[in-house]
Amino acid sequence: MVGELEFERPVIELKKKISELKEFTKSTDVDLSSEIEKLEERLEKLEKEIYENIKPWNRVQIARHPDRPTTLEYISHLFTDFFECHGDRNFGDDEAIVGGIAKFHGLPVTVIGHQRGKDTKENIRRNFGMPHPEGYRKALRLMRQAEKFKRPIICFIDTKGAYPGKAAEERGQSEAIARNLFEMAGLRVPVICIVIGEGGSGGALALGVGNHIHMLENSTYSVISPEGAAALLWKDASQAKRAAETMKITAPDLKELGIIDEIIPEVKGGAHKDVKKQSEYIDQILMKSLKELVKISDEELVVHRYWKYKAIGEYSFAAEYVKVN
Amino acid sequence: MLKDIFTKSKKKKYATIPSEAAKQDVPEGIMTKCPKCKKIMYTKEVSKNLKVCINCGYHYQMNAAERLQSFLDEGSFEEWNGGMVSKNPLNFPDYFEKLEKDREKTKMNEAVVTGTGTVNGFQVAIAVMDANFRMGSMGSVVGEKITRAIEKADELSIPFIIFTASGGARMQEGVLSLMQMAKTSAALKRFSDNGGLTISIMTHPTTGGVSASFASLGDYNFAEPGALIGFAGRRIIEQTIREELPEDFQTAEFLLKHGQLDAVISRLDLKEKITTILDVHAGGEVKWLEN
Repeated sequence: MVGELEFERPVIELKKKISELKEFTKSTDVDLSSEIEKLEERLEKLEKEIYENIKPWNRVQIARHPDRPTTLEYISHLFTDFFECHGDRNFGDDEAIVGGIAKFHGLPVTVIGHQRGKDTKENIRRNFGMPHPEGYRKALRLMRQAEKFKRPIICFIDTKGAYPGKAAEERGQSEAIARNLFEMAGLRVPVICIVIGEGGSGGALALGVGNHIHMLENSTYSVISPEGAAALLWKDASQAKRAAETMKITAPDLKELGIIDEIIPEVKGGAHKDVKKQSEYIDQILMKSLKELVKISDEELVVHRYWKYKAIGEYSFAAEYVKVN
Repeated sequence: MLKDIFTKSKKKKYATIPSEAAKQDVPEGIMTKCPKCKKIMYTKEVSKNLKVCINCGYHYQMNAAERLQSFLDEGSFEEWNGGMVSKNPLNFPDYFEKLEKDREKTKMNEAVVTGTGTVNGFQVAIAVMDANFRMGSMGSVVGEKITRAIEKADELSIPFIIFTASGGARMQEGVLSLMQMAKTSAALKRFSDNGGLTISIMTHPTTGGVSASFASLGDYNFAEPGALIGFAGRRIIEQTIREELPEDFQTAEFLLKHGQLDAVISRLDLKEKITTILDVHAGGEVKWLEN
């Protein structure tokens, strides 16, 4: 099977064996149904064991799976009438971010998201889902439009990070990200952010200031990639697995840290195994979120978002300290 | 003894030649050497010149205390939330030890000092980051202190001035650090909507999550000459694009050229120029408009 991950190999092998046996019984008169039944029981147990005790590093692998559904795939399943809009009206159109208008069960919304490619050719076009400043500025343009026409905004987060390039720096990558954080904080419409794959640092956060933040069960959200963290902390990028655990980057971690609202369950083995089913899971949570948020007034939405972020962080006060003079 | 003669002559073969590094080394304290033009000067003289090289104008890094002293009116500073300290939310190994070490070294509790003071009489809220403390990295405390300073500026209706110096987000607090970018930016947005004035002065170095949040969100964005300012690290960019970057890449002057700054201001003129901005924003009586 293409794209199988190391940790789930036992499940896949057992599945293969079962289907082989089934084929065999079809072609002969030998009855193996009791054996097959036993094996299927074992498979169920094994799947439970493997997929329910999934390690942070395995989640990283699933989040990076080449077949992992992208923003546009979810858009096609979750929305109708999607109409993509291009360009930042200033420099160009960054295809690492897509956005436009659509309907969600009849409700007009604005949808924006990072967009990876599925093959090399598309990845080059989309710069592997790593935006330049014009991508963020396009997103901001669409958000302001959504605010004008009072449409809720839904952002899909799926990027390794903002692109670290010469042109990106020249055109103000820092400012573009900062501006989005600033303006998103003040949007007078509901903003819902869903991390669907990798949530890489500031490049992810630039589409991530929302009233609700949800994460797919096997997505990650972090200040730096596990490889980067390992290189910085232990001067050894091969310690990424350890860093994935230490840095607390999985959906359950972020739920525990009080950053996200809901963990959206994934289909067994990861979203890529069944996009349609996965979209249904997202649909349910999105509907719940929207029902909650459309009731809140414009001003209160801004206040709600303010306090959401204000509450993040842990600190205490020292009884004694040296004063700076 | 004959044996002694031999040893002596052997010894004479050695001569101590100072290494290149040792030759250029200037004893710490009395004298200092400019890293840019290599001129050797009296440390006192450089300090008196706000740590700007007398010969070439190179800006040495300033710590938070030096900055407050040089920028605010004498004796006007009053600190806010000075006792706020970090927790270890991720149970990161050695985090507390590292913080303690930097506390000893810098005599500061965290990488930013916030408070209020006056600049030629104008009252301002001020935040000064210090790159000597955990590279000025932003964790929960830095984010919260800056946010509170902005909120206080809003409450008192006074301008907010921030001197940035940071390597970016603090690794040891993981994604909580990342979220401080959103927290501080949201505070600035609220302050801005209420008509508040924010002046950002980027000093060496201002990178990563700090440059991609409050540092870039001033109504006026300035930088000190030669300061390194950017989102991604130079080495990462070079590895990604596989080409060498120009020497001035990500310097204050580079940013100015690319339209990312209002001005690059020498430390020697800074107080005066900021005073001008504060004065313009303070308004004043305009008689001729009345008739």
